[in-house]
Amino acid sequence: MSMQTPLRRILHFGAAHDGTGTFWIQRLTGAGMAILVIGFAVILAMTIGRPYEQVVAVLGSPIASAILALMVVAMVVHMRIGMQEIIEDYIQGAGLRLLCLAANTFFAFAIAAVGLLAIVKLALGA
Amino acid sequence: MSSADLKANRPLSPHLQIYRWPITMAVSIIQRITGGALYFGTILLVWWLAAAAAGPGAFALANGVLGSWFGLLVLFGFTWALMQHMLGGIRHFIWDFGVGMEKGTRDRIAWVNVIGGAGLTVIIWVIGLVFA
Repeated sequence: MSMQTPLRRILHFGAAHDGTGTFWIQRLTGAGMAILVIGFAVILAMTIGRPYEQVVAVLGSPIASAILALMVVAMVVHMRIGMQEIIEDYIQGAGLRLLCLAANTFFAFAIAAVGLLAIVKLALGA
Repeated sequence: MSSADLKANRPLSPHLQIYRWPITMAVSIIQRITGGALYFGTILLVWWLAAAAAGPGAFALANGVLGSWFGLLVLFGFTWALMQHMLGGIRHFIWDFGVGMEKGTRDRIAWVNVIGGAGLTVIIWVIGLVFA
């Protein structure tokens, strides 16, 4: 006799094999960004309209680098899942959908690469 | 019956054009549209960061474009989309806990989302323009 609960036995046997993974990550990254956006607003307030040297000094400070890097990571994870949902809802046809999903991943990774590289360069003193 | 008939003559259930729009339906699609807009708006954010990292010339160019009337208009829209989408996320958070779904309450939460999103956007820009 199995000691598993009925729920445990049927888990992962649905059509998609899992369900709440992206749902949960979307909540985690969303909540994280709702907090990070306060730090981001402070960074903007300290940089907008200021001379270049000051902007670079603020963006390159350890605390700003950390906030920006966390923001970029949470952002690309969140937006990739969101756009994936939109594609799965509206794009018909397996081939086109696959193409869109791949383009979505490439775009998210490209944003992450450019953003993180810029942050690292600023943190190291441009 | 040919397959064309199957596709063309099937009766349809009432859809978006038929229903009167409750506010919850409006904030739902606004959440998706603002999310899609913010998706492409991230280009502006990383462009600004990359320009700062690249040097004074690139940064001056980015500042010039973003600081033009058209750039400011786009950034104003960006701010609204972000605030609307963020409050929409919090709205979903509340509903995830299974509370606030009652008739009346759910509409009030949706209205707080709309008014709060617009209100925060105006407050941010007033503060920004006063200090700039």
